[in-house]
Amino acid sequence: MGNKTALFAEHEAAGGKIVDFGGWDMPINYGSQVEEHHKVRREAGMFDVSHMTIVDVKGAGAKDFLRYLLANDVEKISSVTGKAMYTGMLNEQGGVIDDLIVYNMDGWYRTVVNCATREKDLAWMNEQAAAFEVELSERPELSMLAVQGPEAIAKVAAVLGGNKAEVVNSLSVFQGLEVDGWFIARTGYTGEDGLEIMVPEAAIVQFWKDLVAADVAPCGLGARDTLRLEAGMNLYGSDMDETILPMAANMSWTISWAPEDRDFIGRKALEAAKEAGVKEKLVGLVMEQKGVLRAHQKVIVPGVEATGEITSGTFSPTLGYSIAMARVPKEIGDTCLVEMRNKQVEVKVIKPSFVRNGKQVF
Amino acid sequence: MSEVRNEIKYLSSHEWARVEADGTVTVGISDHAQDSLGDVVYVEVPEVGSQVNAGEEAGVVESVKAASDIFSPLTGEVVAVNEALEDEPETVNSSPYDDGWFFKVKPADVSELDAALDADAYREVCEDA
Repeated sequence: MGNKTALFAEHEAAGGKIVDFGGWDMPINYGSQVEEHHKVRREAGMFDVSHMTIVDVKGAGAKDFLRYLLANDVEKISSVTGKAMYTGMLNEQGGVIDDLIVYNMDGWYRTVVNCATREKDLAWMNEQAAAFEVELSERPELSMLAVQGPEAIAKVAAVLGGNKAEVVNSLSVFQGLEVDGWFIARTGYTGEDGLEIMVPEAAIVQFWKDLVAADVAPCGLGARDTLRLEAGMNLYGSDMDETILPMAANMSWTISWAPEDRDFIGRKALEAAKEAGVKEKLVGLVMEQKGVLRAHQKVIVPGVEATGEITSGTFSPTLGYSIAMARVPKEIGDTCLVEMRNKQVEVKVIKPSFVRNGKQVF
Repeated sequence: MSEVRNEIKYLSSHEWARVEADGTVTVGISDHAQDSLGDVVYVEVPEVGSQVNAGEEAGVVESVKAASDIFSPLTGEVVAVNEALEDEPETVNSSPYDDGWFFKVKPADVSELDAALDADAYREVCEDA
C-alpha cells in the first residue's frame, strides 16, 4: 500500500479507481475519464493534488538562492505579491531536474515540485542551499486541490464565502495569496481558468464535500493527463527529463537570459548548446484518422536521417481524435510520419498547443 | 467486481464468445477487459466476409489509455460486425456483453469453443490479474 492523501476515503466513496502514482494511492478515474475531461472543459472539476510537494524557501538569501537555482528569474515576479512563475530547475549540463511553480510571497517564496521527483529535488535543493542564507521547509500538512473549468472560480467563491471568496475574486491569472491559513492560486494544469488551493488538512474533507454538493466533479489522474496534453503542457518524466535541454522541450520561454551576469545552474551548458545549435524540438502532432498516437512511437521526418519519438500521446476528448507531443529533428515541416502498429501514418505537425479555454487553438 | 456471465465462454485474453440460436457465434470483450482499458475510443473489427482464425488477431480496441489486440475465440467466416461501435465506441464500456459486441462468426467447427474457459475458470483469471 502506498501513501494516502487526506481525501483517500472520499475518493473511494466517490467510486475512484485507485492506482499507484509515484508511491501514492491515487484515483485514475471515478468511472469515465472522458466524462471527467468534458466536465472540466465545460463546467468545473476537481483534482486531489495533495501528493505534490510544497517547499517554502525563506531567509535573507532566498531570492539570491532561487536566482541561482532556477533557469527562470524570480526577479521578474518580485514586484507583485503572490505572482507565480513556471520554471525549470536544471543540472550543470542544462538537463531538466524538474519543472516547478514558484510564488513570490513577499520576503519569501513558495515552490511546488512534482511528487515522483520529490527526493532528488529536495536533495538537489538542499545541496545548492548550503552556500546561501536560506531555510527550506516542506509543507506536508497542507492538502492541495485543483478546481478547474469555466465555472470553477465562481463555484469556489460561492462555497467559501467571506474573506476567502474576496481573495478568490481578486486574483489575477498566475497569482496566489494566503488567507486564513489557506493559499489560493489562480493556476492550473488543464488549459482552463481555475484555482489550485492549499488547505490545512483538517479542513480539506469538508471543502471537498461542499464542492461535490456544488456540482464540481471529482476528476482523476486520467483526465488530468488528457487535459494537460490538450493544453500543450509538459509532463515531467515523459516530455522532458535530466537528459533533455529546455530548448528541446518547448521550455525556451522559461529561460531568463537577461541579465547576462545572472549565474544560474546550467547557464553555461545552455549557452554552449545555443551556440552549437540544438538539433531537436518538441512539437505537437495531430492525427484526424482512426487510431491513437502513443508515447515512444517513432517519428519519421521525410528527407531527414535522424528520427524522433512521441513523448506523450492520447485521444483528445475535446477534439475527437488523437494528439501527441513529440521530440523531433528541428528540420521537420508541416507533416511527418508516425510508425504505429507496423504501418506509417502521415500526421500534421503544429506547435504543441491544442485546446485552451474549451476551444481548439491550431 | 466485474460481471462474468455464466452462459458464455471466454479467452484468457478477455474476449467472450456466445453461441446464438442460429448457430453463429457472437464475440466481444468482457466487463473486466473494458474496465481495465478505460474509456474506449476506437474499435477496429474484421470485415464481413473475411476469415478469422482461433487464437489469432481479429481486430483492435483502443482506449484513451492503451491499444489492445482482439483475438478470435474460433475459426470461421465473419457474417456481421457491430457498425454502431464506429460512432459510439463507448458502448463497449457501458454494455460489454450486449450492445457492445464486436463481430459474429459462422464457425467452421463450434466445438473449438470447448477449449475456451467457462465462467468459473475465467473468474479465476480475473482474480489473478
